[in-house]
Amino acid sequence: MNPASTFGIVQPAFSREGACSLCATQGPTRNLNDMMPLIAANSLGEYVLESLLYWKLPGNESIAFTIAALIHVVLILTFFGVAPLIFIWLERKVAGRIQDRLGPTRVGGRFGWLQTLADGVKLIQKEDLCPADADRMLFRMSPYLVFVASFGAFIALPFGNGFVVQNLEVGLFFMLALMSLEVLGVVFAGYSSGSKWALFGGMREAAQVVSYEIPMAICALVPVIATGSLNLVEVGHFQAGGFWNWLIFQNPFTFVAFFVYFTVATASVKRAPFDLAEAESELVAGFHTEYSGIRWSYFFMAEYASMFAVSGIAVFLFLGGWYDGVGIIESLDRFVSVNGCGWLGQYSVNVIGLAIFIAKGTSLVFFQMWVRWTLPRLRIDQVMMTCLKYLLPISCVLFLGATVWPLFLYSLPMTAKQTDVRPPMGNRVYNPKPAAVKPSEKSHSTSHPAPSAVIIKEGSGKEA
Amino acid sequence: MDLSSYLLVGAVLFVAGVVCMATKRNGIGVLMGVELVLNGANINFVAFANYTKLGLDGQVISLFVIVMAAAEAAVALAIALSFYNNHLTIDVDQANQLQG
Amino acid sequence: MTGHQFLFWVFAAVTCGGAIAVVLTQNVVRMAFWLIVSLGASAGLFFLLNADFVGTAQLLVYVGGTLVLLVFGVMLTASGPFSKMQTRPGELFLAGIVAFLLLGLLGSSVCSVDWDRVVASTNAGQPITTHHALNQGYNRPEEGNTGHPLGMAFLGMRPDRDLAPGTKTLSTGYLLPFEIASVHLLVVLIGAAYLARAKRRIHPNES
Repeated sequence: MNPASTFGIVQPAFSREGACSLCATQGPTRNLNDMMPLIAANSLGEYVLESLLYWKLPGNESIAFTIAALIHVVLILTFFGVAPLIFIWLERKVAGRIQDRLGPTRVGGRFGWLQTLADGVKLIQKEDLCPADADRMLFRMSPYLVFVASFGAFIALPFGNGFVVQNLEVGLFFMLALMSLEVLGVVFAGYSSGSKWALFGGMREAAQVVSYEIPMAICALVPVIATGSLNLVEVGHFQAGGFWNWLIFQNPFTFVAFFVYFTVATASVKRAPFDLAEAESELVAGFHTEYSGIRWSYFFMAEYASMFAVSGIAVFLFLGGWYDGVGIIESLDRFVSVNGCGWLGQYSVNVIGLAIFIAKGTSLVFFQMWVRWTLPRLRIDQVMMTCLKYLLPISCVLFLGATVWPLFLYSLPMTAKQTDVRPPMGNRVYNPKPAAVKPSEKSHSTSHPAPSAVIIKEGSGKEA
Repeated sequence: MDLSSYLLVGAVLFVAGVVCMATKRNGIGVLMGVELVLNGANINFVAFANYTKLGLDGQVISLFVIVMAAAEAAVALAIALSFYNNHLTIDVDQANQLQG
Repeated sequence: MTGHQFLFWVFAAVTCGGAIAVVLTQNVVRMAFWLIVSLGASAGLFFLLNADFVGTAQLLVYVGGTLVLLVFGVMLTASGPFSKMQTRPGELFLAGIVAFLLLGLLGSSVCSVDWDRVVASTNAGQPITTHHALNQGYNRPEEGNTGHPLGMAFLGMRPDRDLAPGTKTLSTGYLLPFEIASVHLLVVLIGAAYLARAKRRIHPNES
């Protein structure tokens, strides 16, 4: 028995035919080999190493990779610091406008845009208090725990085509895992403060976040089923072309999953109407009642950064990643690859993609603020009931439906050839040696919308 | 790094877990010792998966260990809570009702 | 010193230090904190060992799930704030001696084996092969991209073994253990909910 033939089971036959018939009319051609050098930290490390060798500077692999890692750390830290600065200002303006006020107007000129910086300077100057009843070590450590967890999630978040610190194959899973660690810091902060308000806030946070993690992960898996990859860069490439190629319009289940995901994500970063952990009207300030100064601001930096992180995941999973939806990025990409503008041209296109991604993410963050200042806060039992009685079953149904959807679609003979359903990423195989590909297969694969122009069709029986 | 350094880390975790299980009187402390032991075993599995020809099997087993550890923690915690409801403490030395 | 070695020493030191701190701390909440530090750092060791999926699962399931549960349990069962249950110094001393003996035993047995020879002599399986069926995505399986092969193994297929050159028989995967684990989790879910359900405590004066 030829072992290779067992793979016929793995690769669904329909998607391959769908790929060939569809991709001729759709999406730009993109060669993975051209794209590879711009991806992941390793490539920056290799680039640094090459430059070191080129300029005859002393250095080996470790030094080059350390430099690359430092560059990434500085970039991400900058984003991590600057994004909350803008978001907090935005939140005040949004809150002001929604409540028919002006919000900050004076600091820094016209729109009060330096207000957050002034507040930051004030917070740094304040005394770093620790209550007498507190468990000092835990009290001091927990802001850092929250900060590190939220910061770590940005390791796997792509900011554009290949602009990612570490292009992990399990990127989405990694982000969800690291953001789930944030709850530990909050719980420890609540427990170690030695205050009943803080303890209540911490307990509520633990119960809420642990429950909401489950529908969040399941909803994030619904578009992953459609794409067949946990790598957010690959999920982004899957959505090239018009906005109808975005995963939110992939099938009815992903459409619903977007809204469920966004609700659950709002809850999991403890934003109103789910901000029970810091309910000001009941618990003073919840888990950070006892905090002051810079440690207090760590919690807020982490909160706003997590808001952007969950919004970024939503953008990649549902809203087309760095693609603009009308084909500008794709045409630029094609222009660059045809005219051979080199890495600088590709880099410039990626920067435009970065701007589009950040704009999309920021608008989702804005939407979260809008919700916060519009809806009243739920009660804790309502929060738990919403999750466990409604969102969890809904997300399970969505998961099941997204699994069955392609089978249903291809069981209809009318739609099998015409419907715009793209094959999952799982069928795309990157082969590092293009020379090994047969010419007949290459003709199919060059017209593929995927990142990889080189495809080997598994289990079709041709190779076996 | 070679295989034996990872195995030594696993050994340290194992021993720490065993001592934790033996000395802690808090029921949840004992549970934490179990987690340490399981984690030490996990490091060994993954190290062998990486350095020997066993390949993927070590990673598969360590995933099973992680899942089973979560299940074990859930049940043990339920037992601890139940014990606390009845005795208002989770000092394992107090659980001596069946002692002859 | 290469980057791998440096990171190994950092993660190994934090893992072992956290584990020892768990043993030495008497405050149960701080024990939970040190356990988080230790398990989180060991997830870093998994990443160094090219097991991305296992490391991430460790972070999500162990640190983000199980330990939150543990901390929750600590908070529900603490009699007073920052409860302490002291271990007697004699017990601790005895345990220390036993621990050093056990560690010496394990350490010497690890160091006495010539692992290179053992590894070379085992041919129980194949390395995670570079067959293109497994080479999906941007990284190679040997560099930590094991999500796809692991998924196939859980579905009962072992392309990393079966597609290796010279393979005559098909290997079995882990479909049955996977199903057993899922049923086991369901049983645990129901059992834990039953055990920890809110029982009305009967007060003597009421009954």
